[in-house]
Amino acid sequence: MSDTPQTTPREGGRAAIGDAVPRVDGPKKVTGRAPYTADHRLDEAPLIGWIVPSRAGRARVDAVDTARALDVPGVVAVLTHRNAPKQAPRGTPSDAGRFSQSHALLAAPEVACYGEPVALVLAETLEAAREAAGLVEVALTPLPGRYAVTGDEPDEALEVPDDVDGGMPADMSHGDFDLAWEKAEVRVDATYETLAEHASAMEPHATLATWDGEELVVRVAIQIVGSAVEALANTLRLDKEKVRVISPFIGGGFGSKLGIHDDAVLASLGAIATDRPVRVVQTRRDLFSSAPHRGCSTQRVRLGASRDGRLLAVAHESVMPMARGYEFAEPCAASARASYACDGILTRHRVVRADLPRIDSMRGPGEAVGSLAFESAVDELARALERDPVAFRLANVAETEPISGKPFASFDLRRCLEVGAERYGWSRRAERGRRDGRWLLGHGVASATRPNFLMEAKARVRLEDDGRAVAELDMTDIGTGSYTILSQIVADTLELPLDRVEVRLGDSRYPQTAGSGGSFGAASAGGALLSACRRLRGQLRAGGGREAEGHIEPGEDFEKYAQYMTGAHFVEVGVDEVTSEVRVRRAVGAFSFGRVLNPTTARSQLYGGMVFGIGGALTEGLHLDERVGAYMNRDLAGYHLPTERDVPALEVVMIGERDDRCGLLGSKGVGELGLCGLGAAIANAVYDACGARVRRFPLTPDAVMAARAAW
Amino acid sequence: MSDRAPKTTLVVNGRARELSLDPRTTLLDALRDHLDLPGTHKGCDHGQCGACTVLIGGERVLSCLALAVMHDGDEITTVEGLAARAGAGDAPEALGALQAAFVAHDAFQCGFCTSGQLCSATALLAELARGDLSVVTPDDDTVRVTGDEIRERMAGNLCRCGAYPNLVAAIAEVAGQGEEGAS
Repeated sequence: MSDTPQTTPREGGRAAIGDAVPRVDGPKKVTGRAPYTADHRLDEAPLIGWIVPSRAGRARVDAVDTARALDVPGVVAVLTHRNAPKQAPRGTPSDAGRFSQSHALLAAPEVACYGEPVALVLAETLEAAREAAGLVEVALTPLPGRYAVTGDEPDEALEVPDDVDGGMPADMSHGDFDLAWEKAEVRVDATYETLAEHASAMEPHATLATWDGEELVVRVAIQIVGSAVEALANTLRLDKEKVRVISPFIGGGFGSKLGIHDDAVLASLGAIATDRPVRVVQTRRDLFSSAPHRGCSTQRVRLGASRDGRLLAVAHESVMPMARGYEFAEPCAASARASYACDGILTRHRVVRADLPRIDSMRGPGEAVGSLAFESAVDELARALERDPVAFRLANVAETEPISGKPFASFDLRRCLEVGAERYGWSRRAERGRRDGRWLLGHGVASATRPNFLMEAKARVRLEDDGRAVAELDMTDIGTGSYTILSQIVADTLELPLDRVEVRLGDSRYPQTAGSGGSFGAASAGGALLSACRRLRGQLRAGGGREAEGHIEPGEDFEKYAQYMTGAHFVEVGVDEVTSEVRVRRAVGAFSFGRVLNPTTARSQLYGGMVFGIGGALTEGLHLDERVGAYMNRDLAGYHLPTERDVPALEVVMIGERDDRCGLLGSKGVGELGLCGLGAAIANAVYDACGARVRRFPLTPDAVMAARAAW
Repeated sequence: MSDRAPKTTLVVNGRARELSLDPRTTLLDALRDHLDLPGTHKGCDHGQCGACTVLIGGERVLSCLALAVMHDGDEITTVEGLAARAGAGDAPEALGALQAAFVAHDAFQCGFCTSGQLCSATALLAELARGDLSVVTPDDDTVRVTGDEIRERMAGNLCRCGAYPNLVAAIAEVAGQGEEGAS
């Protein structure tokens, strides 16, 4: 029991912000009593909706014959473009942003990409719905489409996106890159490729919709409740007040549930069409097209330094697909814009419009794949300079934001590198030997950065007659620990025992937050709740009302200062001398992210990010069928997520960093940080082990073997 | 429908439940949709993720790959029955030792895979106690409670949140109780 994380015992069962409190929803989750979307039970049994997806790419729908499906006992209806309730045109209003725009389906005799639904079977039982779905006959005429994006496209196919995720410009530069590149005495010019990836949350996207002729109530797996309300209102032309979204427990998101997807639209259409509740749970297979994915990337990085090890020139340029009709571009160069000082820096993002399923944020958008290239290139440069890769990074850590020249609110990269190196024993790594039987051993390092965002949020708290405090906000807990840290904020501020606090989340009737995403959830929703609790405490002392609302939005500190979380990864790998299989043997990460709200849940998020990084580095890659724009390995056997056996003992060091400019709560985001840079540390360790630089991710044995043969 | 709906009796969490089911109904769907036990989750419906793991006669079974009619008369334990099975009582909030260790070690985040992880870990404890060999058991054929044994035996239960280090710690704690030299 000695290694059991202990709650700091406090008088009267109180818990403060910063305590290692066990998850307050833990007992529900280990007894099967936490209701995820498909677990909700209504008085009236729902119809089961089963999706019939397109098995062509971009296509015209010539005919959908539902006669045989309707003959199956238990089938109530089959919706197609001929009989589905009317919706607003997809993508409208044009100025609303991708999460809020109409997600119309079954609205026209055409499909935009592989997997788009062409019919929805509604039946009394799952078995009948599934059987009938197989009997719907769909005639499609394929239309010309662009599916493969290789990075070799001619200039006219490359577009400059309006912005990249996070609201940053596609192109940013500082100083004169060309001049700095000219001046550099040692240079690296390398191109890296990453395959498309899939978030693959354990809970498939699911919706249970009810319609009473006026109000639509939608239970849906969603990260941002407000985005679901807006998208459904815009799709179905309903007032936002007539759409209620409920999502108390979500089985993981990782970006894939920021907005709604096919299940939400189709379940709503089914409920409106039949006046019955409708449940649609997407199949794991269909999720590989209908849940969003991370696009493949081609990234060119050029780095130049003086012979004495000063970084002079940085260029990071990426080409990725953008799903046609869905504006999202991944900021691959985010870490290049943040990490190191230099004389001239150039960053450019280009997209190629493709008729692919939706491409969107997946955990750590930008850094997750961008740092694979950038931090590999930094390692290549350190090697070319014959310098220690930790010392080289330390010598070049940025003092101000390289691209803007703004001061950092705080930037702890140097300390992360130093503390991490010490904990790992970086300077003594040779003692660990160069081989273990047939395993060639190597060590790698990489830096991690991630921008810190704060989003507008509101929260409400009230003191009940029985002395309990109840907080309400439309924040979600996707496994991050929102219930727990928000309960701590209430308990700490109102000086109550934890068991006298109830936090209610995931309901659009509660005050609006920005939900979970971009690592902004805890600081934004938590800040709003802290403000509400402080206000309530003031009111109670003054003999005022027992309910208060709080509100938070980013202030001028987010204009004046550059805001980042930082980290450093140290990894030992083994490369099988014969098969070229790579196994991670040990990983140490040191991270700095403002105030730690709960060391237990924060550590879990960092572990989780590191595990995600192992998958992205070694096994996760979607393989495209270029004829139709479908991913071929679309199940959990073909798309290999890290398993328990793929993950060694991990070690996390949380550096307590004080930052008074990052918001009321003093905390920054931790959900993505553990992932950023880890894959590059693995690739750098692979080079250290076998002398081959692999520039294609994931580092599957075939990729490593080819690189070893060519090196 | 009647000729397509044979009678099946499932003994779930100690209670015999008679059902008339479409013979195509999986054990998973029978538990969730016909017996009101939604704590067992459908992650992939293909036997690839482990989220739907239940115990049948104490052994772990992927309930998405089993038809309910194949288990007529079988004793099935789901997450809702784990505490009682562990002797912690029938109250809904009762926790067995593994469940308590999962909470104490934060061995989950979103919790969606947790029912399957718990059922798998319950059977794992029995496998270790019996001395069942695994691919990582040393050449002396002596099964010990080690991180590697746990990692190997839990590798069929995916956790996308990446709670793996904490899962190992939680299971090791319970497996190590009463065992000399547990690590």
